[in-house]
Amino acid sequence: MPSDHLLELNNLSLAHGQPWARESIIHELRLSVPRQQMTVVVGPSGCGKSTLINLIAGFEKPDSGEVLLDGRPVKGPSHERMVIFQESALMPWLSVYENIIFGPKLRKERPLADIRQEALALLEQVGLSAFAQKYPRQLSGGMQRRAELARALINRPQLMLMDEPFRGLDAMSRELMQSFFLAFFEETHNTCLFVTSEIEEAILLADQLVILSNRPAHVRAVLSVDLPRPREIAILDTPQAYAYKRQALEILYEEALNNFRREGRPDDFLEAYTYQTQTCTSAE
Amino acid sequence: MSEPATISSFSLVRLLWFRTLLIFKNPSLHLGILGIFGFLLFYYLSTEAWELPRFEKLPGPVAVLKEWFSPDPMWGISLYTPDYYLHVWASVRRVGIALLIATGLGVPLGLLMGWSKVFKDYTFPILEILRPIPVLAWVPIAILMFSGTETPVIFLATLASFYVTVLNTLLGVESINPAYLRAAACLGSKRRHLFWHVILPGALPFIFTGLQISVGVSWFSLVAAEMVSGQYGLGYLVLNSYTSVTYETIVIVMVTLGIIGYANSALVRLLGRQLMQWRVRALAREKRG
Repeated sequence: MPSDHLLELNNLSLAHGQPWARESIIHELRLSVPRQQMTVVVGPSGCGKSTLINLIAGFEKPDSGEVLLDGRPVKGPSHERMVIFQESALMPWLSVYENIIFGPKLRKERPLADIRQEALALLEQVGLSAFAQKYPRQLSGGMQRRAELARALINRPQLMLMDEPFRGLDAMSRELMQSFFLAFFEETHNTCLFVTSEIEEAILLADQLVILSNRPAHVRAVLSVDLPRPREIAILDTPQAYAYKRQALEILYEEALNNFRREGRPDDFLEAYTYQTQTCTSAE
Repeated sequence: MSEPATISSFSLVRLLWFRTLLIFKNPSLHLGILGIFGFLLFYYLSTEAWELPRFEKLPGPVAVLKEWFSPDPMWGISLYTPDYYLHVWASVRRVGIALLIATGLGVPLGLLMGWSKVFKDYTFPILEILRPIPVLAWVPIAILMFSGTETPVIFLATLASFYVTVLNTLLGVESINPAYLRAAACLGSKRRHLFWHVILPGALPFIFTGLQISVGVSWFSLVAAEMVSGQYGLGYLVLNSYTSVTYETIVIVMVTLGIIGYANSALVRLLGRQLMQWRVRALAREKRG
């Protein structure tokens, strides 16, 4: 009997550093990712969002707790959980086409002709048919992200893990990628865990918005974002979207301020302040 | 539909023609030639024209060129004597073998050291202790270990370039962006796949930088080794000319060494460009901006 949740994180804890100077990164984190939905994780900078992705991907092992995919514990990296990294991780020495077929060709699950056909279809879908034989560094940032999306999709992952995938793009390509990815998700409903530090991006994409606490990270709040789909970037100008944004910002503001009171680091105060100014502008 | 073929072969000829033109129109080529002439002028003025102190005993460029291009050279070595080519061939052959051995052993060793931490822990300290020992200090051991005159010289020429190759390969592996390794693991790579599909291609740019250095290092340790032992080769010829006071020959050999070394590096660069088209194109794109 499959549950409604594809991914479950049970009391996940992880600390880094030497035994005599352990620093807790994630503490007793509990989270469920529903099937065919977009779960977006936001949190204060440096709160361990990328570490969370590493744990789910299987690059790191938790000290305690477990990561369950479809009820089975995660043991290591696998193509069931494809990661799209912050910076492009396309192999620069392979052409775009060779990058896309890298995984399936290596695992030899399907005949090469099938793989080839699917790769060409995906290239078409992401609008890179004319660039199949180019090397990644000959492409623009946005094109690289689309190629990376195609490389992930050909493996038919159960879960897509996106670690701030649009970071480092200029504002224009970023917006283009957001609409592209939104349309893609609304067509396929491939379960996705999306990490970002941009509130607006989070609200635009999310079905479920997860707000993490400061380090050591645990789930501070879960908001369900009930904006109608299909969405467009203009949806961020609606009152409902404002309301979600204000709600999220208030929680982040409180979290940053609490942390400032506890540890007295000026960075936290500054962060709280930026959240507050963002809340003001969105109320206008 | 035979037309496209003729068009393409015609355009290929044109392409080659334009490329050649481009090389000759390239300002850096002109500047380079100008620089060489400037150096030769200084050399000529200081030795043959003005006979400056410290320079007056050196053979001037005119004397050297006369000797070099003479069908009947005074000291027995010129472009027209078979002896000249015998010495050149002896050295080229030794460096060729030395580079093959150094690369054949050094690249796999460096890759393994980068790939396996345990292996690196075993091998790195001993490598770092052996590396600073000058090639000349190895001469007695080389002569004791290897019979004849050929193998010790090749051994000495191999040593220094071997270290360079190992270290650069290791550096190349360590410079690989860990995101590539993670992405490959995500896509289903096992450890041995990582070796062939990520570590080797990822380290290739550094391996070729190392090879270029190793070519130079190999030539200068070869000449040092030939001076100590050997009956042929350019290094031997330098020492021999010194003891028999034929200074023009020394300069001929030095220039010859320079030209061969330059050609050798250029060859390695060309090979690297052929193997790493991805890098050439990416760099071209960055330059265009």
